[in-house]
Amino acid sequence: MRLRACLLPVVFFLVCVPAHAQVNLSGVWNNLNILHEDWPDRLFGPELGDYAGLPVTDALRLRADTWDASLITLPEYQCRVHPSDYVPSFAGMRIWEERDSASQQLIAIHTHHFAWGTERSIWMDGRPHPPDYALHTAMGFSTGTWDKDILTVTTTHLKEGWVRRNGLARSDRATVTEHFIRHDDHMTLVTIVTDPAYYTEPVIRSRDYEYEVAGEIGPYPCEPVEEVIRPKGEIPHHLPGTNPFLGAYAAAHGVPPEAARGGAETMYPEYRKKIRGAQK
Amino acid sequence: MILALGLATSAQQSGREGGQTPNFDAVEITVLPAQGNVYMLVGAGGAGGAGGNVTLQIGKDGVLLVDTQYAPLSGKILAAIRTLSTEPIRYIINTHVHPDHTGGNENIRKAGSTIAGGNVSLDIQDAAQGAQIIAHDNVLKRMSARTVQPPIPAAAWPTSTFVGDDKKLFFNGEGIHIIHQPVAHTDGDSIVFFRRSDVISTGDIFTTTNYPVVDLAAGGTINGVIDGLNKIIDLIIPVYGQEGGTLVIPGHGRLCDMGDVINYREMATIVRDRVQDMVNKGMTLEQVKTARPTRDYDPLYGATTGFWTTDMFVEAVFKTLRAKR
Repeated sequence: MRLRACLLPVVFFLVCVPAHAQVNLSGVWNNLNILHEDWPDRLFGPELGDYAGLPVTDALRLRADTWDASLITLPEYQCRVHPSDYVPSFAGMRIWEERDSASQQLIAIHTHHFAWGTERSIWMDGRPHPPDYALHTAMGFSTGTWDKDILTVTTTHLKEGWVRRNGLARSDRATVTEHFIRHDDHMTLVTIVTDPAYYTEPVIRSRDYEYEVAGEIGPYPCEPVEEVIRPKGEIPHHLPGTNPFLGAYAAAHGVPPEAARGGAETMYPEYRKKIRGAQK
Repeated sequence: MILALGLATSAQQSGREGGQTPNFDAVEITVLPAQGNVYMLVGAGGAGGAGGNVTLQIGKDGVLLVDTQYAPLSGKILAAIRTLSTEPIRYIINTHVHPDHTGGNENIRKAGSTIAGGNVSLDIQDAAQGAQIIAHDNVLKRMSARTVQPPIPAAAWPTSTFVGDDKKLFFNGEGIHIIHQPVAHTDGDSIVFFRRSDVISTGDIFTTTNYPVVDLAAGGTINGVIDGLNKIIDLIIPVYGQEGGTLVIPGHGRLCDMGDVINYREMATIVRDRVQDMVNKGMTLEQVKTARPTRDYDPLYGATTGFWTTDMFVEAVFKTLRAKR
């Protein structure tokens, strides 16, 4: 009995403590069954004029007000991929590790996303980020570190992307911090976008995933075609003050128009009280 | 990108950022591989003395440069070239006339030698002295104009010009297509397409750092800039979506690909359309400026000081569109 009591802590240590206190994230993760209230925004897409709850600047508000969804009918826009900070909104992803075969040190964690088949590398080997003048991409350049069981990822060198698919852009000046948090067969991915050009405060979102034992990620081919015949060089957009669709979201959902316009204030619970007070 | 050739020679001593005194000693030239045989030489630091990007193509035939930066940086440019190749500098291509892209012509030409032969009279070595400088004919006209004070030395002028739509070279195992883009940033712009390396050097028709510089005094127009951006997009074949495949070296700023040019073209076209609408409504320049037709893009490209402010951009767009009426 005494022997067992002595051995127990040793056995516990050997069995329960991973070599580097890391969690293995490898496998296929999906989210289609757990989108819940995010379903409309993440699958079908946001409605025009819905900027509520986002710390948008006046400049970005104008940019979104003048955005025309017909833009994405242009051939060169049709296969534009979701950037790495937005693509987790969509469907599943496969995660796998790349290790040095001799030392078994972790070199990188890779992700493959169903949406547009994009792939991304999160470098875990301590390499520096490239200089400012290097190429920016939709996936950006990512490095990761372990904070106990949480994988924290820093991404720079992003191309311009979007926070909502209704014209709310995210600039190429943005940096993104992510936390991959695994809870058994569930994973929460927290994304924090800091964009000094278009957002007055960081934009924070979380998405949940379920582990799929037999999960598969299908292909996502995309071939641009001429959907609309237009004069060469024409870019669909609304002139300022002429977009007829901006009020539809607020009217359809009973949202006060000023709340639909967004801004940092609309992110916080106190704003509801203010709006209710103003409506009385 | 320095405006108007009247400013050209003084700009060889003054930086691109007007009002700042450049410190060329503080400028560092670094090399970024693009792809294939092509590299991008980037200047950084020096309070506005960093100048435009230099594109470098190297191989067994020698060295070819697109643009030559400011003259005081020639030593650093040559040193950077020699970290990649010891072969002779054979060609310089100027994308346009401004001294932040042509200032080093004389120094770098002297460091090179032209491929010469055939029916050369006297000493063949005389014909080979200096690298060949290729540009659209309007670049030569503006550099050699008597109105330019102080005059630009003849040794810095283009030695081989073209007047049509394009000029073609085959060098270091690849075709190089030099495509003239009329009345864009200036009236002498060229886009240089390295066909095997799959890299385009755009000059100042495309930058990532500021609104399009429309040098009215040198024959530029906003519609020419937009046509040039559309031309660049036409040349690009991405791997997928808007990424990879053809890479793009802008006149100023970071290495790019199709998505970046598309974003910039989108901005330029939308601002042009807004100002055009205001011109059609009979608005004055001051009214247009007050309406701030660029304000959604100002966080990305705007400036209130320096050599090319947002106001200057709006004014240039307004003037070219009003002149078209």
